[in-house]
Amino acid sequence: MFHWLEKRPFFFGVGIFIVISFAGLVMIVPHFVEQARPVVGTKPYTTLELTGRQLYISNNCVACHSQLIRPFKNETDRYGSYSLSGEYAYDRPFLWGSKRTGPDLMRVGNYRTTDWHENHMMDPAAVVPGSIMPAYPWMFTNTADVDTGWAEAETVRVVFNVPYNKDIPLMDGSVVQVPLASTVEGGRAEALIEAQAVAAEMKNQDVKDAVAAGKIPEIVALIAYLNALK
Amino acid sequence: MENRPLEYDYTVAKMFLFTTMLFGFIGMLLGVVLALQMAWPEFNTILGDTMAEYINFSRIRPIHTSGVIFGFTLSGIFAGWYYIGQRVLKVSMAESKFLMIVGKLHFWIYFLAILLAVVSLFAGYSQSNEYSELEWPLDIVVVVFWVLWGLSIAGLVGIRREKALYISIWYFMAAFLAVAMLFIMNNIVIPTYFVSGAGSIMHGVSAYAGTNGAMVQWWFGHNAVGFVLTVPLVGMIYYFLPKESGQAIYSYKLSLLSFWALMFVYVWAGGHHLLYSTVPDWMQTMGSIFSVILILPSWGSAINMLLTMKGEWKQVASNPVIKFMVLSSTFYMFATIEGPIQAIKSVNAIAHFTEWIVGHVHDGALGWVGFIIMAALYHMAPRIFKREIYSKALMNTQFWMQTLGVILYFTSMWIAGITQGMMWRAADEFGNLAYSFIDSVDALHVYYIIRAVGGILYLAGFIIFIYNIIKTMSARPVEERDLQNATPMAA
Repeated sequence: MFHWLEKRPFFFGVGIFIVISFAGLVMIVPHFVEQARPVVGTKPYTTLELTGRQLYISNNCVACHSQLIRPFKNETDRYGSYSLSGEYAYDRPFLWGSKRTGPDLMRVGNYRTTDWHENHMMDPAAVVPGSIMPAYPWMFTNTADVDTGWAEAETVRVVFNVPYNKDIPLMDGSVVQVPLASTVEGGRAEALIEAQAVAAEMKNQDVKDAVAAGKIPEIVALIAYLNALK
Repeated sequence: MENRPLEYDYTVAKMFLFTTMLFGFIGMLLGVVLALQMAWPEFNTILGDTMAEYINFSRIRPIHTSGVIFGFTLSGIFAGWYYIGQRVLKVSMAESKFLMIVGKLHFWIYFLAILLAVVSLFAGYSQSNEYSELEWPLDIVVVVFWVLWGLSIAGLVGIRREKALYISIWYFMAAFLAVAMLFIMNNIVIPTYFVSGAGSIMHGVSAYAGTNGAMVQWWFGHNAVGFVLTVPLVGMIYYFLPKESGQAIYSYKLSLLSFWALMFVYVWAGGHHLLYSTVPDWMQTMGSIFSVILILPSWGSAINMLLTMKGEWKQVASNPVIKFMVLSSTFYMFATIEGPIQAIKSVNAIAHFTEWIVGHVHDGALGWVGFIIMAALYHMAPRIFKREIYSKALMNTQFWMQTLGVILYFTSMWIAGITQGMMWRAADEFGNLAYSFIDSVDALHVYYIIRAVGGILYLAGFIIFIYNIIKTMSARPVEERDLQNATPMAA
């Protein structure tokens, strides 16, 4: 059979394709729907949070920080309760990472504050002596691309039916809504209101002035995202 | 028929030979920069605060990984294909104008894709999925050059004179098919601009959320490693080692078994990247089991290579090209036993997220991938340029520098990784965490320095390699008959 195949490249190729493709089918297909279902209390990201998430992605924070807490006592002691599949239902792409040069950030919003992030992003070693993390001072002056943040929220609402403007059940039985404006201008206005709340807790005068003038520096969006990680 | 002279046309092979050296240098240089940044974070701002946005660790890291995998390694593979393909199929590229155009177009679009990739990653356009960072417009350019490569394979196979496909061709075909499938499936995104009418046109949102995204990504990520960094290179060593040594492949049956077993088993093993995550337990277990089974086909190929040298081990001492290939096979065996060990769940609990994984990647990438590609270029260059290798002494110097570099790299990263893993889980007498996270960072400083030294040695060796190949282009010309087996080289 193999000698026969070796003289027939087309069937050889077909043979290879069959052998390599079914592993993926068997592993990925059966759980596809079930795994995408959110757990109770999981909310979609707001426009500003998504903008921050895009900055987390474009600056490749995932190279050094995981967002996956494994079910070991030392990890739950250090980072909080272990990860559940449904908590990632609105993460596109997932940001589990594969390397912890720095600590996990899955629930960093539970134990770090806006103030802490502000100081840390400007000069990590000043907050954590011995830190080898680079500083990100340009995030305090660059303006965030809120339009693309809104574009992503609108896209997942339309294409994947992500429940913006709908009741989302919480653990205590109450419901909450995550608003999403229907136009990009509305998205900018919503993001600015969120940004004002973050900037109010910050000290950097340039950032405060920018937000007061209607601009959103990257750092504000990033902190909004980090604070949402719970 | 056997003795009929056939003029092979190496135009396209030569173009890829140059990009192998160019992208290899850039990729490895960035690797050294990253290593220095981890040892001394001041290197993040070495070009001043304004440039730091573009050259800090997090920006450079994907350019290093993509540069080495898709720049250096793919160039080496394509150079190998445009060289080996003609020879084992017994046709010349010069016989078909069409295939020559396809080959050149393949090269230029590939070159364009890599340049755009570098620029866009520096600028921060990234999906941040590992080895799959490029945004959707660039993915389309990648698909174009990949299809052109497929066309080149199909075309050359289509007009072949040698009816039976040699082992190397199996591996090239497999690499083409698997990467095409994986790349397209993993990069399915919805461009947000076209749905919402706002924002950046470059941005796309993944079709897969959360755990599904992780499964598709590591199905891709693991097998991109498999079908770029392993499969075509096994195909290349199946050609270059017998050719260089004048020995027949030790066992045809073993090559057959290893090939089909590798095809079947490899793709399952992606699950070992997701142990103790939120993917289903049975899938994690499958990932572990198949990773261990993967030892068989991997070692099958490697042992087949080493036994090909049976009775001719003296060549290892006399011929540096053989030396590179034998060490390369040895590192392949080494990396393919280390990987399965890390895939065992209880070991993975310590190893995952640590530097040990980085060490594993690099004993594979530097030891196996780097050495086989450099050996392939050393074998091809005299035949392409019809000149002897400029300096055998430089080859030996390079060999030992780089070997030492690899050893420093993986030993330091083993110790660093296990140190991290153990410190994170260490508990004091009351059962509380014994160390804060920053303690584990401080503890690694010395290993980061050793690793940087290892990387610098390897890079220095690579610069010697480039110098040697460039000088070969103007070295003493040789006759066709000198090029049968062992590569001619000046002392």
